[in-house]
Amino acid sequence: MIETKWSFGRLMVLGAAWTVLAFLVMPMIIVFPVSVTDQYYLSLPKEHISWEHYAKFFSDEKWLDATFQSVVIATSSTILAVLLGTLCAIGCWRIASAWSERVRTFMLLPIIVPTIVQALALYRFWIDLGIVDTYIGVILAHTLVAIPYVVITVSASLANFDVRLEQASRNLGASIGQTVRWVIVPSIMPGVLSGGLFAFTISFDEIVMVLFITSRNIYTLPKRIWNGIQDHLDPTIASVATLLIAVTLALLIMDLWLRRKRETK
Amino acid sequence: MGGSSQQFRYWMLILPAVALMLIFYVFPLIQVLWISVTEPVPGLGNYEELFTSDFLHKIWWTTARICLLTTALTVVLGYVVAFAMAHVERQQMTMMMFCILLTFWLSVLVRAFAWVMLLRTQGTINEFLQFIGLIDRPLRLARNEIGVVIGMVHFMLPLAILPIYANIRTIDAKYVSAARGLGGSAIQAFLWVYLPLSRPGIIAACMLVFVFSLGFFITPAILGGGKVVMISEYIRVAFEETLLWGKATMLSSSLLFGVFLLLAIVGRFVDLRRVFGSS
Repeated sequence: MIETKWSFGRLMVLGAAWTVLAFLVMPMIIVFPVSVTDQYYLSLPKEHISWEHYAKFFSDEKWLDATFQSVVIATSSTILAVLLGTLCAIGCWRIASAWSERVRTFMLLPIIVPTIVQALALYRFWIDLGIVDTYIGVILAHTLVAIPYVVITVSASLANFDVRLEQASRNLGASIGQTVRWVIVPSIMPGVLSGGLFAFTISFDEIVMVLFITSRNIYTLPKRIWNGIQDHLDPTIASVATLLIAVTLALLIMDLWLRRKRETK
Repeated sequence: MGGSSQQFRYWMLILPAVALMLIFYVFPLIQVLWISVTEPVPGLGNYEELFTSDFLHKIWWTTARICLLTTALTVVLGYVVAFAMAHVERQQMTMMMFCILLTFWLSVLVRAFAWVMLLRTQGTINEFLQFIGLIDRPLRLARNEIGVVIGMVHFMLPLAILPIYANIRTIDAKYVSAARGLGGSAIQAFLWVYLPLSRPGIIAACMLVFVFSLGFFITPAILGGGKVVMISEYIRVAFEETLLWGKATMLSSSLLFGVFLLLAIVGRFVDLRRVFGSS
């Protein structure tokens, strides 16, 4: 601490910090009251609280279908990204040479390249492959952008994993495949799951690539929201937003729990 | 143990991910660079526009201005939060961290949508300010640069707070005590000792925020309402309206070069892999 007694300065700093934090959470707090408005346009409830916009979401084929598509796409790309990303992280960790370090840096590429650039690039290539506006096309695109996050989280938990356990397993005659499956992965499971949560969130929220590589068939939830914001600001979006905030909150709590587990290991 | 066949098998674990990236990610990016110098005619013709078009200059200038403003605001505000986090007891710090992580994880679209609700002419902020009688007419907060900057700062704050916090948490309090013991005031100790020690965190935060701002698409597109056109949105508009691959890929390539140039420059001062959290 800068000084034990800096009461005035301390209050100033704390006040400023909490003001910034209030600015951070303000959008989340405002969404819920608007979602229970009794009006047909975006506003705070005027006379009473109404759940009609939630009812609209749960009865509207379009919203439900979009949610379904998003869940399918996010689940598939999460599975792929976790599988490929975990294997890659384990390989890099075990080899630990200058080259494997380069590979790990290379895997970060999708985080660094501006989304609009990768959207344009994939769109062009997806045309050639004939997978524009298909599940495969979107799942592949989302897998690519989610892999780096899996590599990062899994690498972080491998840093705490005792390499001698792996050597012991190999010395006892286990193959690399068996070692990965029965020794390494179980002990870094919290990291793998955490990477999976990250990958799921990335895919579930992704909009820029979807705008490029889909047209009529694929309509994910973010795309519905995007179009809803562009056309008319319907309070249904506020209820969808509230639901997404609730889901995020649940995922975050789950992740923090996983992290704690990872640390106590 | 081991030998080269061991090594080889571990490389086989890496191979699928790398192959997928090379074929479906790197190749398309190279294709973009390639198209930018071959369509409609081979040569650097597309790039000429970068230097001759006033309209493009205006867009790059808008982009640079918004990115610089966003970076400056985000890093200053982020520093305050990170500083407070490093100096409060554990419980309060956990609460602060929770607010930050929740924002960080929340859908970009949801956040942009919430800001539209808050900032528009009949939005919550204007209604509130009118209700308490602070203003007569609604302020223009959305569909202009103010709105874009507010939305972008909001998006970028966690990206600034986390690296700064990671850095200043490691600053040894003894240095500050020493400065105080030698007769410096609290402010002097902060300015001459603490702040210089937190430079790596500040540089990392500036770079992260600036690079992400440069190619940012969603928030400017929604909060700018078509009035504030940054380079990313212009690429989309130019492409969707004209389908000119040559121009769209030229702009994308320039953006890409810009980002990598920045990374190359900043990479000389800070360990980039640590910034991106991979080591």
